[in-house]
Amino acid sequence: MTREKVSEVKTEPEETPAFGHLSRRTFLSRLGATGAAAAAASPLLGLAQTQLKREQAETPVTVAGGVPITLRVNGKEHQVQIDPRTTLLDCLRETLYLTGTKKGCDHGQCGACTVHINGRRINSCLTFAAMHQGEEITTIEGIGQPGNLHPVQAAFVKHDGYQCGYCTSGQIMSAVALLKEPCGPTDADVQELMSGNICRCGAYRNIIAAIREVRQEGKQGVTNASI
Amino acid sequence: MHPFELIRATDVTQAIQGAAKNSTAQQGAQIRFVAGGTTLIDLMKLNVEQPQTVIDINGLPLDKVEALPDGGLKIGAVVRNSDLAYHPAVVRDYPVLSQALLSGASAQLRNMATTGGNLLQRTRCVYFRDTATPCNKREPGTGCSAIGAFNRTLAILGTSERCIATNPSDMNVALAALEATIHIQGINGERSVPIDEFFLLPGDTPHRENVLEPGELITFVTLPPLSAGSKSVYLKLRDRASYEFALASAAVVANVQQGKIARIRIALGGVGTKPWRSVEAEKALDGQTANEEQFRTAAETALRNARPQSENGFKVELAKRCLVRALKLATRTA
Repeated sequence: MTREKVSEVKTEPEETPAFGHLSRRTFLSRLGATGAAAAAASPLLGLAQTQLKREQAETPVTVAGGVPITLRVNGKEHQVQIDPRTTLLDCLRETLYLTGTKKGCDHGQCGACTVHINGRRINSCLTFAAMHQGEEITTIEGIGQPGNLHPVQAAFVKHDGYQCGYCTSGQIMSAVALLKEPCGPTDADVQELMSGNICRCGAYRNIIAAIREVRQEGKQGVTNASI
Repeated sequence: MHPFELIRATDVTQAIQGAAKNSTAQQGAQIRFVAGGTTLIDLMKLNVEQPQTVIDINGLPLDKVEALPDGGLKIGAVVRNSDLAYHPAVVRDYPVLSQALLSGASAQLRNMATTGGNLLQRTRCVYFRDTATPCNKREPGTGCSAIGAFNRTLAILGTSERCIATNPSDMNVALAALEATIHIQGINGERSVPIDEFFLLPGDTPHRENVLEPGELITFVTLPPLSAGSKSVYLKLRDRASYEFALASAAVVANVQQGKIARIRIALGGVGTKPWRSVEAEKALDGQTANEEQFRTAAETALRNARPQSENGFKVELAKRCLVRALKLATRTA
C-alpha cells in the first residue's frame, strides 16, 4: 500500500532516552530502521535513522489516488491524506504513528487491534479509516499514560495480565469498554464478552482477575446490569 | 486489496442509484455497499471480493428499532447487532433473536456488524476464502474443492453437486424461525420478501445466494408479533464455548397450551446451505404432546433428507440432539 502524507506526527517522549538506557520500543524501532546487525553494532546510527524517518514523514507527500480526511483521535484532530484502502488500524499505526494499537491477524479474529469509536469497541482492522470522519476515535494512548494509568491498566499491571504484551492494548481497550456494557456479574460473563481478544501466552486467568477487581471496586462507570 | 472508490451515501435513493450500474448484486459485483465491513472488508483483503466502488451506507437513516402498530418490530438495516441484541423489545419479546446475536462473533464484531450485513454474511468454507483453489461459489464453473476434502464444518442440508457451503449466520436462523420479512428498495421501488424466499439454494448457481438485484438495498427487517404465551430459544453447539461458528444450532419459537403444542416454528443453523426452516418438523409437532418422544420424532423428520459429506457425518446426530434440546427448553413450564 502507498505511503501516505502525514501533516501531524505525535512525538513520543519515551522514545528519546539517553544512550545506554534503551526502552524496548526504541530498541525495536532501531532494529526496524537499520536491521539487527547494524543496530547491535551501532545503536546511535539506528537512532539517527529513526529520526530521519520522522523528518521525512513530516514533509507532505502526494499520494496517487489519495483522499484527504480528518480523523479525531484521542481528542486531537489529524488531517491526513490516505489511500481509500487504508484500514483504520493501518492509518493509526503507519500514518499517525500511534503504534500502541497492534496488528495481529488483520481479519477481525484476534482483537489485538481493538479501539473505541464513540466509546464502543471495534476491530480497527476491518474498517476503512475514511469511514470514521467526525467520530471520536480512542486508542490505548488515549486511555492512560505512565503516571496516570486507567484503573484497568493499573489492574493489569497488578495482576500480571500479560506475558509478551502484544495482545495487551487490545485486551485493555476491550476491558475498558466492557465496563459500560450490559455484562452479567460473574467471571463467566466477562469471559464471554472478552472472547474476541485472543492471548497466545494464555494470560486469561490474570486478565479476568484484573477485570474482576476493577468491576468490584466500581471504577469507571462499572455497571452490573444483566439482561 | 484492489483499488476502489469510496463514496459516502447520504440518503437511500442516492445509495441505490450509485449501485444501479452493477451487473450483479451477487458474487463478482463491481459495486458494493459497506456498513459494518466485517464480511466485505475481510473478503476484500483476501481478493475474494474486488469491488471497484464501495458505497458507505452508515450515514443512512436506517438505524432505528421501532415497534409496529400490530405489535411486531421494524429493524433498520444498519442497526448494529449489539444494539439489536440488547434492545429491550427484543430481549422481552424475541429472546431467540437476542440469544442468536449474542452467540455470534465477538463483542467488537457485534458492535460493527449490522442487520442487513448479517443477512448477507458469506460462508466460511475455506475454499471459498482461498482464491488459489477452485470454488463454484466464487468462480462459477471451476468446481467444488470441498466435496471429498475438508468439509467437517460444511452443510448436510440443501447441498448440490456444485456447492456444500454452510450459511454461517446465527441471526438468520432466529429470523427464519420468527418468519421475518426482508424489505428491499431498488430503482423500481420497494418490495418485501419472506426470509425463507430471500435465500436461494445453491443448485447449479451457488454464486447466487439471495434474490437481490443490482441496485437493491435491504432497508428494514420486520418481525410479526408472537401470540401470547410464546417462548423462544436459540441453542448453538460449536467446537469451543464462545466466538466460534455453529456446528449445529436450533431456533425454536413455541406456544404450548395445556401440555399440547399449539404453534411451533423451527429453524436449524450450521447444517444448511441457507438458514434451514423445517416446516416438516413443525407439522410433526403440531397439536402433539410436548414430550421428548415427540421431539425426537420431529428431529428425525427435520434431518430425514440430510446428505452428509466425507467429514461431517457427525452433524446429523448432533443437529437432531440440538433440536431436541432446544425444543425441551422452549416448551418447559416455568
